[in-house]
Amino acid sequence: MSFQPVKFYQTGTFTVGNRLLVPEERSVQANMERTNSLNSGHRACQGCGEALGARYAIDAAMHATNNQLIAANATGCLEVFSTPYPETSWQIPWMHSLFGNAPAVATGIAAAIKIKRQKGLKDDVRVVAQGGDGGTTDIGFGCLSGMFERNDDVLYICYDNGGYMNTGVQRSSATPPAARTATTMPVGQQPGNVFGQGKFMPAIAMAHEIPYVATATVADLRDLEHKVKKAMTFRGARYIHILVPCPLGWGAASQDTIKLSRLAKETGTFPVFEAEYGELTNSSKIRRVLPVEEYLRPQKRFAHLFGKTPAVATLVRLQALADKNIRKYQLLDKEAN
Amino acid sequence: MPNKPFAITLNPGSSLANLTGSWRTERPVYVDRLPPCNNTCPAGEDIQGWLFHAESGNYEKAWQHLTRDNPFPAIMGRVCYHSCEGACNRGQLDAPVGINSVERFLGDEAIKRGWKLATPEVESGKHVLIVGAGPSGMSAAYHLRRLGHRVTVIEAGPLLGGMMRFGIPKYRLPRDVLDAEMNRVVDMGVKVELNTKVDDILATMKEGKFDAAFLAVGAHIAKRAFIPSGEVSKIVDAVSVLRSMEGEDKPMLGRRVIVYGGGNTAIDVARTAKRMGAEPIIVYRRTRDKMPAHDFEIEEAMQEGVMIRWLSTIKKAGDTSITIEKMELDSAGFPQPTGQFETLEADSVVLALGQDVDLGLLDNVPGLEVAEGVVQVDANMMTGHAGVFAGGDMVPTERNITIGVGHGKKAARNIDAWLRGTTYVAPPKHQVATFEKLNTWYYTDAPKTVRPMLDIIRRQSTFDEVQGGLDESTALFEARRCLSCGNCFECDNCYGVCPDNAVIKLGPGKRFEFNYDYCKGCGMCAAECPCGAINMVPENN
Repeated sequence: MSFQPVKFYQTGTFTVGNRLLVPEERSVQANMERTNSLNSGHRACQGCGEALGARYAIDAAMHATNNQLIAANATGCLEVFSTPYPETSWQIPWMHSLFGNAPAVATGIAAAIKIKRQKGLKDDVRVVAQGGDGGTTDIGFGCLSGMFERNDDVLYICYDNGGYMNTGVQRSSATPPAARTATTMPVGQQPGNVFGQGKFMPAIAMAHEIPYVATATVADLRDLEHKVKKAMTFRGARYIHILVPCPLGWGAASQDTIKLSRLAKETGTFPVFEAEYGELTNSSKIRRVLPVEEYLRPQKRFAHLFGKTPAVATLVRLQALADKNIRKYQLLDKEAN
Repeated sequence: MPNKPFAITLNPGSSLANLTGSWRTERPVYVDRLPPCNNTCPAGEDIQGWLFHAESGNYEKAWQHLTRDNPFPAIMGRVCYHSCEGACNRGQLDAPVGINSVERFLGDEAIKRGWKLATPEVESGKHVLIVGAGPSGMSAAYHLRRLGHRVTVIEAGPLLGGMMRFGIPKYRLPRDVLDAEMNRVVDMGVKVELNTKVDDILATMKEGKFDAAFLAVGAHIAKRAFIPSGEVSKIVDAVSVLRSMEGEDKPMLGRRVIVYGGGNTAIDVARTAKRMGAEPIIVYRRTRDKMPAHDFEIEEAMQEGVMIRWLSTIKKAGDTSITIEKMELDSAGFPQPTGQFETLEADSVVLALGQDVDLGLLDNVPGLEVAEGVVQVDANMMTGHAGVFAGGDMVPTERNITIGVGHGKKAARNIDAWLRGTTYVAPPKHQVATFEKLNTWYYTDAPKTVRPMLDIIRRQSTFDEVQGGLDESTALFEARRCLSCGNCFECDNCYGVCPDNAVIKLGPGKRFEFNYDYCKGCGMCAAECPCGAINMVPENN
């Protein structure tokens, strides 16, 4: 745990709020006055993890910056469902960009603010750029790496749902091994997405040795809010990678979005951690370790692993990847387990 | 749409024009489910409801909420067998919430701080007679008074409390606690006549111009068993032993006391004898798991040095010894004699074989039906004679104090309805909040707070209370272990997890509302509600 957990016998730190907590200790999302940065009426699917993650993150950023925030948004689900011209669900200063250049646009905004402050602007306006995993790990990768190496004062948030979902669920470089997408069909010798390809963007961001890198899921709101708030205490390039389940692309029930995020973390499939200047500083410990199967089974994109003859060898490989995460990111609390 | 660009139908602006509620096939609705504790409570307490207030540290409000159903929390917190804790969903998580200990804390706080029971706002002008000042009678007195009726309690004994005083030893229920809770009911304006025996219920009703009567005389007459015995052997019954503990002349039982029976009364009398310096042995014809006494009481008695002879019956009592016969259980579980005998030294034998009801006051009541030694009542607690109700140990029921208190409440509601010329209809019960309805991920592990126990030496030699109470901080901790099964406790989860901002937070104490204009029916709120207070129902159109 990267922050002081609320010691609360009833629901601890896990629920969004708690009527018995003093208001300062409650989450931003528990507040009746929260920004609702991404407002009702957006066209995301039922149970969209990205819509939820985006509101969690941007509301927290608005809170942390006293509402002095400008967002640049990469093309992708997040933009398509929130801003079909001429309407928008965003209730913050928000700028559209191309699929691949959101980091560069954000760099430009940050540079403009810097000049304006030199010319007398009093307000400390901060910049966020956001996009999906396609816009981040594939198409916008060059711009993002540039933003990192120049250490521009931007927080980049990636909402990772593991594919190009609004165009029909195509594979991205963040699609997990063995997953079915429209372009990695479950046929042939190695059904689904192949092992040994793709990239884990948080590790690449750490390799740039930028001030702050963190991962989070929509299952742990307080952890997510803490990380956004903490990111805003740094100057320079920062990166937060949020796992956001996609009921459509993952073939999951709409009410299972948070449950799947939780399972991704509890199985070790998705490591939740923080790093500063390239070094791992903290990891959210797994509460009760579960086998990866628990995470995979509810998702139709992995259904081919659980047919009449279960793909045991593939499951073993996926379990090995999770075990590696557990070791590498120190996901077990040695004292507790 | 002449002025709009190609393919644009809306004016520029917010997405609020887009009512996504139309996508929905299922809608979430807030529900209140019946927590298993409430469902099990023989006194019908809203346990989750009063714990909710205790969780906020508002103990007076919690006590007031509790006493809506049960006016005796300090007594209950000591002698109730708390079946609620057996049903508690938290038991499947770590350990049940210590409901009984929090109840006692609230009861003791009320006594300490002098909190008063609510008095009626309007007087009905009706007058109800209650016969018997035990748990059932005093509970009925409280509820009837609260409903605005005049109440007179007639009690044959010298003090209020019935079996709570003359059946339960002091080390389980200190008398100052009992007195405080009894007197609080009297302070509401209940009239009490002690040392008065009702011989003819109809005559008493007529004489006092009572509009209705509630009979709760309990079961005080000890059952006897025929034991061949010598002239000098001392055979007494448990009820009179426990009763005489309350008077000046303590019972003379000698050193070697044999207690015959296996119920809670047998345990009580054995533990009482132990405290008076005797060496009690309980003789019981079956095995421990068949013993009707509660296991924790058997355990406590054995800790204190009470001996138990299982599978034994008394064949004969002499002046300084008794003869017991070994038994064995047959295939149906019934004890059968073996023909093996043994002699135990004994100064006295105490029979604890159950109790019968003194039905003398009910002779010549037309319509009233007695079967198997108890008075028959209908579903509304009314006997066959209109206007005469009965409850507690004198009607067909399992006998314990909490059930008696529950009978008092139920009878009071029915008497109230009957006096108004109507019939009481209980509101429909909510669906039970079973463990499967909860999302237990959200509850952190917190082990139960154990109440302090008196040290063993003082338990063997004094009548000091055996089980201690919780203090403020531990009581608060314990109350906050409640999972609030099936009832919203305002954790904000639904408000937070909705991807469509379709949950409206109404503010402290006001819970939440769905905004069906935008709710897409994803069901995430219902899945992530810790306590199962949201239900998904299909849309009709």
